[in-house]
Amino acid sequence: MDLKEKLVSSFMAFENTVNVDSSVHDIRVDAIKNFEAVGFPTKKQEAWKYTSLNSVLKNDFSVFPKETGALDYKDVKQYFIHDIDSYKIIFIDGKYSSHLSATTHDGIDVCLMSAALNKPKYKLVIDNYFNKIATKDGLSSLNTAFSAEGAYIHIPKNKVVEKPIQIIHFSTGNEAALMLQPRNLIVVGENSHVQIIERHQSLTDNPTLTNSVTEIFANKRAIVDYYKIQNDKQSASLIDNTFINQKQESIAKVHTFSFGGKLTRNNLNFYQNGERIDSTMKGITIIGDKQHVDHNTLVHHIEPNCESHQDYKGIFDANSTGVFNGKVVVEKEAQKTNAFQANNNILVSDKATINTKPQLEIFADDVKCSHGCTIGQLDESAMFYLRSRGIPEKEARGLLMYAFSNNVLDSVTIPEIKSRITKLIAQKLGVNIGFDL
Amino acid sequence: MLKINNLHASVEDKAILKGINLEVKPGEVHAIMGPNGSGKSTLASVIAGKEEYEVEEGEIILNGEDIEELSAEERAHKGVFLSFQYPVEIPGVTVTNFMKTAINETRKAKGLEDMPANEMLKLIREKSELLEIDRKFLSRSLNEGFSGGEKKRNEIFQMAMLEPKLAILDETDSGLDIDALRIVANGVNKLKSKDNATIVITHYQRLLDYIVPDYVHVLYNGRIVKSGTKELAHELEAKGYDWIKEEIGA
Repeated sequence: MDLKEKLVSSFMAFENTVNVDSSVHDIRVDAIKNFEAVGFPTKKQEAWKYTSLNSVLKNDFSVFPKETGALDYKDVKQYFIHDIDSYKIIFIDGKYSSHLSATTHDGIDVCLMSAALNKPKYKLVIDNYFNKIATKDGLSSLNTAFSAEGAYIHIPKNKVVEKPIQIIHFSTGNEAALMLQPRNLIVVGENSHVQIIERHQSLTDNPTLTNSVTEIFANKRAIVDYYKIQNDKQSASLIDNTFINQKQESIAKVHTFSFGGKLTRNNLNFYQNGERIDSTMKGITIIGDKQHVDHNTLVHHIEPNCESHQDYKGIFDANSTGVFNGKVVVEKEAQKTNAFQANNNILVSDKATINTKPQLEIFADDVKCSHGCTIGQLDESAMFYLRSRGIPEKEARGLLMYAFSNNVLDSVTIPEIKSRITKLIAQKLGVNIGFDL
Repeated sequence: MLKINNLHASVEDKAILKGINLEVKPGEVHAIMGPNGSGKSTLASVIAGKEEYEVEEGEIILNGEDIEELSAEERAHKGVFLSFQYPVEIPGVTVTNFMKTAINETRKAKGLEDMPANEMLKLIREKSELLEIDRKFLSRSLNEGFSGGEKKRNEIFQMAMLEPKLAILDETDSGLDIDALRIVANGVNKLKSKDNATIVITHYQRLLDYIVPDYVHVLYNGRIVKSGTKELAHELEAKGYDWIKEEIGA
């Protein structure tokens, strides 16, 4: 039985574990039917041309973990941004860990999807927002069918949430192979501001596949700052499906730091439903070994006077492969759109590959759209300049690659994240750059 | 200090240096002049260890050691410094962080600990004052958006920080207005001692009014065709290079 059949036939068993007496039940049933019809994506589909899931899907994944592992904070502290006060929504093998979490209902809701799906007081928000922007592709449908747990964040209007919210999913290896379907819903009210950090971390060499769906709603003038830290083990793969719906004058920024994992696919979709919206996507990818990172972005400019900014930097070593596919759609009504996209890459090894493809579909005539992608090696004259000052070859390379990627961090607003990421960059580049980053 | 014997070097199979002989003793300033394309910058790069140049023949002896097989960074650790004609822009690395890295890597190569932060700050302050460099300048990205004069001043600032035994200044005067030239030359002169040596590569005599050479060499077509004292530079300024070509029968 292949994974698709196993998943479809597990749905009945899953239904026995969740409340079927809700509107979400119908959504799940539709979703499993859709997944059964569509299945997993294959390389025949244009959007998956350079990323094959075959090697990941061949594992015999457990769909429901039988038992939940326990973790001590001190053993996993390193995966938290631990030097700041924050809310925490933590999961171990797909199950909520109250022990590691710090949630709140004090004026804002930072809690669990399972609670939101079951308790009547959240019904209105669920009815209004749940599964409203996730697409009907196979992977999102699969997640929707099995959606039961994840982060639920609801910020009412006029709230500046001072503390960042960390969402971390750990997998412990209790199962020989584990598939997770985390489902997050984030609704940010008018004029509100929230900062969120998301991380998926395997603690085992047993294979893990995470197929995550996150829906984010940024209402009028809301500011959403989202950080994805992807530095997982070689046994772990991640398919991240994130959908962001923005209302007028809202600002949404997503930074994706991809430093590890077997296969990472980021489907990041922005929909601009209002005027004067700002959408920003930034990424730094530094991988080696046989790692694969695929950034598949979409910005849908629907209304006039909006902006989008994309800046992705990639450094690929050894046999790693990278994909950047950035689609920008500017509808006829979306006049005065400013859309910028840049994807710059350095191939460190002869065996590393990057496929980069900008895709612009512009139907309006008064717009400013630019895109550029580069693939190169390090500048030899810069190398000689650094080495002539006594900086050895390896450190000079590291310094130049650091310099190449670090401007992406300019827009990071949480200093602790900036310093954590710069340290990770130095570590990934294998250099001890002789100054405080 | 430096002894170059019968140095032949080429780039992409094109011979550029065709038998250079040069001896520089501690405390001396040598000027190397010559028309465009004579091989001046190549000589500077070959001494500093640029890999794209192939040394076909001859030797480069620094303080008794043949450095021909050493990498650029190893030569730097032994006290060779090249002030670039065209300093490279490195966005994302500040002048200060670059200098800290360079100094500490050099110390590491000598088996020394990192320089303590307060000592580093003191050194940076002292040397930036010498070159009349504004503090704000030090937190800018290395050479990015610098004017020609700022780049050259920054090169000499780096030289002051690293205190090389042998400094090679490649066309340091190009792109400098008279005030910047005076500051740069003043910096170089203050760094001179009886233990270090300087090679000034220049197309024009102007810089040599400020950095007075003990010897002047004329490089032409990959060879040193004439050597003399500072008067030779004046003669070249007045008469151009053609008489040299005639004199050597080129």
